[in-house]
Amino acid sequence: MLKSSIQKRFSAGPESAGFTLNAEFEAAPGITVLYGPSGSGKTLTLDCIAGFVVPDSGRILLNDRILFDSGAHVHLPPRDRQCGYVFQNYALFPHMTLRANLAFAANRLPRLERHRRIAELLDRFRIADLAGRFPHELSGGQKQRASIARSLIANPLVLLLDEPANGLDATLRADLHSLLFEIRRSLAIPILLVTHNPDECFGLADQVLIYEAGRILHRAAPLELLRNPASAEVARLIGGFNVYEAEVIALDPGRQTSRVRLLIDQGGTEIDGPHLRGCFRGDRVALCARPEELRIATRPGANRVRAELQRAVDRTQSIRADFGNELIVDTPRAGWPALKESGERDGWWIEIPAATLRQIVRASGSEFLSQNAAPEH
Amino acid sequence: MHIDWFPLWLSLEVATAATVISVALGLALAWLLANREFPGKNLIDAIATLPLALPPTVLGYYLLVVIGRSSWIGRAWEGVTGSPLVFTWRAAVIASTLHAIPLLIKSSRAALESVDTACERAARSLGASEWRLFWRVSLPLASRPIAAATVLAFARSLGDFGATLMIAGDIPGRTQTAAIAIFDAVESGNTLTARVLVIVISILTGAVVYFANRLERKRVTR
Repeated sequence: MLKSSIQKRFSAGPESAGFTLNAEFEAAPGITVLYGPSGSGKTLTLDCIAGFVVPDSGRILLNDRILFDSGAHVHLPPRDRQCGYVFQNYALFPHMTLRANLAFAANRLPRLERHRRIAELLDRFRIADLAGRFPHELSGGQKQRASIARSLIANPLVLLLDEPANGLDATLRADLHSLLFEIRRSLAIPILLVTHNPDECFGLADQVLIYEAGRILHRAAPLELLRNPASAEVARLIGGFNVYEAEVIALDPGRQTSRVRLLIDQGGTEIDGPHLRGCFRGDRVALCARPEELRIATRPGANRVRAELQRAVDRTQSIRADFGNELIVDTPRAGWPALKESGERDGWWIEIPAATLRQIVRASGSEFLSQNAAPEH
Repeated sequence: MHIDWFPLWLSLEVATAATVISVALGLALAWLLANREFPGKNLIDAIATLPLALPPTVLGYYLLVVIGRSSWIGRAWEGVTGSPLVFTWRAAVIASTLHAIPLLIKSSRAALESVDTACERAARSLGASEWRLFWRVSLPLASRPIAAATVLAFARSLGDFGATLMIAGDIPGRTQTAAIAIFDAVESGNTLTARVLVIVISILTGAVVYFANRLERKRVTR
């Protein structure tokens, strides 16, 4: 178990704004994904855990061993922390062969065990044939595996990966993911993974930390995050959400429903909504729905909103149709040509089923989502 | 016509000794300047550069003050070894070292600072001590520019005149280095000796500079 509760402040310079990292979280064995835009403090968090950066205050505990404690003036040097760190550019030693790279890391093991351990990892990461090569003779994927192997040689107590999939193509990415799953299965250690790729985030994580501007906005299991993002900001950062501002028109607690006006165009559109806890008539609320939950129709009906097709993009599994105004819909590829033909002839309506709309809390002090903050993916 | 080769051999010996000392001391200082923050760091950096800028005779004068027979160091040396430090080949080594070391400090510091931080961090998090990190990672990765600087430092110590003359003197057969012998030969009208020494030194230095340039060029293309 890794427990972090640290603060690190960078004062504003003439060219740069100030930045404060506030990283408070726990990570059990399993994969914890640090997700958020660049510059939000994800890598800085890893650097603090590994001991490369000294936080201003707080504590870091790893299995009840104190790595850092500002109160007790404890700051273990990186070499004593037993953190496996996989760097963004792999950081393999360019002047050493792959085997020498691993041997460098095995130096702390008992002499007799070193050779066996190196052979074991070369084998497990399918790089045994490449052991005599230098890093510049390896492909990106091979370097990646070598660098993970090296970080695991000395039996680390936590594994930190800084955007490991950067620069890898889809196939290598999938390889990496299965490798990470295998590591998770075989080693009961916390694995912290920095990424800003949502698929990686939700595909790999046991726990997700959503970062923005040095803060952790939300910490949850990925499914829970998708079902109930903690705030409009979180929904925007995860991407793939349609987020609406709505006005409560009527509430029916008995039948657990409501009537809301979506403020997506002038005057808004009234539709049936979900049960809204703790709201009154006239309240403004934020609601969200995922693109795959909306349906495209070509005639008006219950809970349907008139829309104009802006553009349609081919995706691997589906067509993503963007109707503007936070009406992004994923629809099966098979039915699309026919649907498009009738939509262009008869006009478009988007059906927002009442049950799919979920209320999200607006983060205090934040501006409401503007049009250009629409989901990216 | 007889040519005295002693000054040339003495120069080579003095330059070799000065280079060895410069590398050991210069690397240590360069590592400190590149990796550690301490009070007076900028002052040390400035002092380390000074010998590059000062006239050699000024440098020699300071040396006389610091290690001359009446100085603290000079007296201590004389007490231990029984003979003075100044006006010996050892003094020439000291002068040459001082002449050459700024080059090594400057280049080595830049080379050490240009080593990929991620590699150094990786070594640390893999459990390496600072000592192991230096010998196994930082130094090998910075070795080319440092080697080039070493070669140039050798050339520079080979050519020192002013400081060496001030502190080691011009004692034929004892402290007369090639640079000083050339001056003497020209002064006394011994044209042949002067010419031969000039040609040998030129070829030697030319080879050294060519070698240093090759070392540096390889680093760029790697």
